[in-house]
Amino acid sequence: MQNREPYMQKIIGNRYTKTKASFEKSLCLFLYQLGKKGKSLKTCLNISGLGMQFKGVKAVQNVSMNLEEGKLYALIGTNGAGKTTIINMISGVLKPTAGTICFQETDITGMRPDRIAKMGVTRTYQNLRLFKKMTVLDNVLMGAQMHSTCGAWESVFQTSRFRENEKSMREHARKMLDIMGIAAFEKEFAGSLPYGNQRKLEIARILASNPKLLLLDEPAAGMNPQESHELVDIIRGIQKEFGLTILLIEHDMKVVMNLCEYIYCMAAGEVIAEGGPEAIRNNPRVIEAYLGKRASHVTN
Amino acid sequence: MKYRENAAVRFVCFVLLPLLILIYSAINRGHYYSDLICLFGIHLILATSLNLVNGFSGMFSMGHAAFMAVGAYTSALLTISETQKARISGLPEWFQKFTLPFPLALLCAGLVAALLALLIGFPVLRLKSHYLSVATLGLIVIVRAFLDNEDQFTNGARGITGLPSYSTIFSVFLTGLILLYIMYRLIRCSSYGRGLIAMRDDDVAAQTLGVRIVTKKISIFCLSAFAAGIGGALWGHLQTVISGQFFYFTDSFEIVEMSIIGGMYSLSGGIVGALVMTFLPEILAPLETGIMIGGFQLPELYGASNLIMAVFLILLIIFRRQGILGDSEIIVESIFSKSTYTGIFKAETYRKLVDITKAKLTGKKKEKTAK
Repeated sequence: MQNREPYMQKIIGNRYTKTKASFEKSLCLFLYQLGKKGKSLKTCLNISGLGMQFKGVKAVQNVSMNLEEGKLYALIGTNGAGKTTIINMISGVLKPTAGTICFQETDITGMRPDRIAKMGVTRTYQNLRLFKKMTVLDNVLMGAQMHSTCGAWESVFQTSRFRENEKSMREHARKMLDIMGIAAFEKEFAGSLPYGNQRKLEIARILASNPKLLLLDEPAAGMNPQESHELVDIIRGIQKEFGLTILLIEHDMKVVMNLCEYIYCMAAGEVIAEGGPEAIRNNPRVIEAYLGKRASHVTN
Repeated sequence: MKYRENAAVRFVCFVLLPLLILIYSAINRGHYYSDLICLFGIHLILATSLNLVNGFSGMFSMGHAAFMAVGAYTSALLTISETQKARISGLPEWFQKFTLPFPLALLCAGLVAALLALLIGFPVLRLKSHYLSVATLGLIVIVRAFLDNEDQFTNGARGITGLPSYSTIFSVFLTGLILLYIMYRLIRCSSYGRGLIAMRDDDVAAQTLGVRIVTKKISIFCLSAFAAGIGGALWGHLQTVISGQFFYFTDSFEIVEMSIIGGMYSLSGGIVGALVMTFLPEILAPLETGIMIGGFQLPELYGASNLIMAVFLILLIIFRRQGILGDSEIIVESIFSKSTYTGIFKAETYRKLVDITKAKLTGKKKEKTAK
């Protein structure tokens, strides 16, 4: 929560100078303290007893997680451990067969993906799902228009509200592209971008929708070391700037250990370990899952 | 800079020239070619409306003839005279004397077609790709069976005759222009259209970005049917005779062909497709009866025009699968964007035009010297 504090203070400071009323100041401060207390305890996402069964195959069993607001989490594990399945369930692409998912105290289990997205849970995909025949800017606008209340008919009659809305969305989208460092490719088709930039575009796209929780599915996959280093900086930057909660699936341990405050490790559909980076690194069960039984003896 | 980006070129090609042709043929009413141009206008409405479904939303519907039929019958029943109505047995008393003015009848035709689309949309649009196509073909059969058997409302297989011939160049192209404008604004300039194209590209990603797939699919299907219904009504008022046999598979396939030839992924593609499919058979028609070319008498080649059309279509599919225009929106954009009309009054446009021409000429010279 420390990341967010100067930002909050800035807002309150502005408010104070504007109103110049001591009563208001004290009220604001009181509310701020109240908010801070509430915030630091607030859970963003709570998963309990989550399970997913594809006919005979139990892809995910009895997974429980608790993500606090404003922190960076990682979900690691071997191939086929069920990491992507969990993200699919949170974002509503798959409906879980057991357990519940609560986002900010609302039950979102089995809700439609578009409704979940509108609540602020957004995700990227392991093998990129960009709109390849749309321009880069249009891709980001897709994210930006998510909360737009402008009806389709307003565009036919070109109302002033529609024009203002479109203009502000464009500005917002360009800002997001700027943050991700791909503003120069604005007019190109998304499919023609190099791979690393496509990854960045996908993040820009969901950032534009003012999310509260980001689910990043292997954001550094297929990137070279320098690119993934850049990505780490970017992710940390956006997390600080927007005060986001991020859950990240990643195989690149450098990225995970550098970024995340708390790590969940999965194997064969279950969470086998959780804790800070150090604890995970030395956890015998994690080592066993990754390297096999003898290796865990050797390292211990 | 290219010629096609120049406002003056755009204005002349896509606004001025078509307008002059339209005005000329509107003055010479009743001429064979003026009827043909009317038919082109109707095809334009049908092809562009099919593009909404087939090109922009990624479904592949072939049921356009059904919506046309519904539109045509609705408008016919609402506009024919009392004596005509007396022949149809099952119409209720109050309806016998009930007639609507043409624009309202057109609107009703569109609305009834859209209602049908809404009804069948819920079960049918759950299907994907070719399953959907087959289901929409089924719709044509259902509508045909209804029209042929429900004598008391539709006069059965005899059809309805004596529709007032309201379809003139003015009414057809005015309706077409209005529909085109609505489609263009919805598809190309709004978040609705952006969501639609996103859904076509990747429906899962679109869903997780807040696009509600079901609503989007059904709404675009209804809009397409609305335009198709109006197109069908205009067609009915052009032919003045309608019956179930005019709205069957071949008619549906013809519209699908138009949209494929011109390019499914743009509204302009529909226009070009309609242009080709309306006029090319007419141009090729003399071949069938034998013509003189340079003093050489060609023998009568019955079916030659169909053969040539087929070969043309095959070649197009092999070499330019996205259609003649692909996803370029050049025609519709030139007609509706402000820059076309403001651009022609600026000196800069013409200066650029000269520059391009100079560049082209010198470029050609250079090529020649290089050779």
